[in-house]
Amino acid sequence: MAIEVRDVNKSFGTTPVLRDVSIDVESGSLTALLGPSGGGKSTLLRVIAGLEQPDTGTVRISGVDATRLAPQRRNVGFVFQHYAAFKHLTVFRNVAFGLEIRKRPKDEIRRRVMELLELVHLEQMADRYPSQLSGGQRQRMALARALAVEPEVLLLDEPFGALDAQVRKELRTWLRRLHDEVHVTTVFVTHDQEEAIEVADTIVVLADGEVKQVGSPAEVYDNPADPFVMRFLGPVTEIGGNLVRPHDIEISAEPVEGGTAATISRVVRLGFEVRVELTVEGRDAWVQVTRGFADQLALTPGDVVNVRPVPGARSLTLAAV
Amino acid sequence: MAKHGLRVIAIAYLFFLLVLPVGLIIWRTFGDGLGPFTEALTSASAVHAFQVTLTVALWAVAANTVFGIGTAILLVRHSFPGKRLLNALIDLPMAVSPVVVGLALILVYGKFAPVGGLLESWGVQVIFSTPGMVLATVFVALPLVVRAVVPVLEELGDEQEQAAHTLGASPLQTFLRITLPGIRWALAYGVVLCLARSLGEYGAVAVVSGRLVDQTQTLTLFVEERFQNFDQPAAFAAATALALIAVITLLLTKLLRPKG
Repeated sequence: MAIEVRDVNKSFGTTPVLRDVSIDVESGSLTALLGPSGGGKSTLLRVIAGLEQPDTGTVRISGVDATRLAPQRRNVGFVFQHYAAFKHLTVFRNVAFGLEIRKRPKDEIRRRVMELLELVHLEQMADRYPSQLSGGQRQRMALARALAVEPEVLLLDEPFGALDAQVRKELRTWLRRLHDEVHVTTVFVTHDQEEAIEVADTIVVLADGEVKQVGSPAEVYDNPADPFVMRFLGPVTEIGGNLVRPHDIEISAEPVEGGTAATISRVVRLGFEVRVELTVEGRDAWVQVTRGFADQLALTPGDVVNVRPVPGARSLTLAAV
Repeated sequence: MAKHGLRVIAIAYLFFLLVLPVGLIIWRTFGDGLGPFTEALTSASAVHAFQVTLTVALWAVAANTVFGIGTAILLVRHSFPGKRLLNALIDLPMAVSPVVVGLALILVYGKFAPVGGLLESWGVQVIFSTPGMVLATVFVALPLVVRAVVPVLEELGDEQEQAAHTLGASPLQTFLRITLPGIRWALAYGVVLCLARSLGEYGAVAVVSGRLVDQTQTLTLFVEERFQNFDQPAAFAAATALALIAVITLLLTKLLRPKG
């Protein structure tokens, strides 16, 4: 295991931020810490990096107990949401920082930095200052800087959080490709479930300072441990007291076994996807179908249809309110 | 019309308060050419006063720079009980009259005071000597570096420092390579202000120095003493020199200000 976190508790004042958190991160994996803001995911990442001290519990990095180790001795790479670029240094000197601290020979530093700048496509920008770069470029520079010291683990705190949607998507794909090239154990924090599902091998869902579920993206999406995880990972709707994914519901014109009568209230066409809003037993629900399917049944507001969860689809029974 | 009226009033006010007096000093200084000016400033007493002023100011600036950086970091980066009190105390020298500062220092470090007596027995004379003058100057110029550095340190944030830590830098390396370059312009601004204040200090130094001619006489004390003894050319020459130093430091702060 690259990182083993055991029974970590952390409070800020009287507010508990992490409660008995234990996670394992496999060597070479790309893990997402996913959860709502205030859920403790950034704090957990900072505890791993040594930027925060846990009140109780231990952190092991590559088998070594790092709980009381200062951040500069942990050999981790850390990338901040707002880049934390060294504003008074050029891109080259930013990336070279960790190597200069380690007193590596000049020509080795030069070679390594240029290699990394090529890796993050900033080789033309070596002599610029961070203020002359775009947000996406700054974040790539921060990544190269973190990678320069050949860290045991790379930790990214909402790395794309401050970027606009387009750049965000590009960098996401790029991070996945980079990880496949470099293979460094990587943990990144995000509140965006789409980002976590697209990029990560493993997702750790963290909320209220507790680990809610750990698994592959498919596992946490298809087999959520509880209604919270199910709601957080993707769209949900309620039918017959069950929480179901809206694409896991069948609509049929004729009554079917296990089906419930529903009245269509609205049909929204969103390109390929059609969103059918209906009333089931006095409650609002919605179903996601394809355009072809909606046309075939000629679904129109006011129609009475039958709905039931697709056999085999995961649904969660909600406690009666 | 009201706008013009206001301008005339403002200019007249500044003219009678600032331009006329300073202009007259310069006029009187150079009225008989450059000769009397250089002659007055190269007299043994004047040169000595220059040396004393420089010694005191440099020590005071050095102390306030180190203390200023340390306190600013303490105030911005750490939280501890009594922080608000410390923050308020730093501005105290702005409110207290320098004369009071001088008297207070004599009460503590005077020959017949407990602390002063103890130091005296070790052979260190504070009052009527350089250490006391440095202390008094340090006190009156105390807030300048702190107040220049604090806002910049706040704006800088601590993420860059944390990034440096994770890249393997020790606290000292982080300070030298990241924090210090980040605050350099603000620090330079504070240091120049501190230097100007130290060179021009009169009240507190007058009390603790004992005004011993050719011993503890600074340039400001020299001006006053020469004036009292009807040696106006020397008084005006030294005053002009002080004014010139002030103008130069003012220009320096103007140069440093926009970058900070």
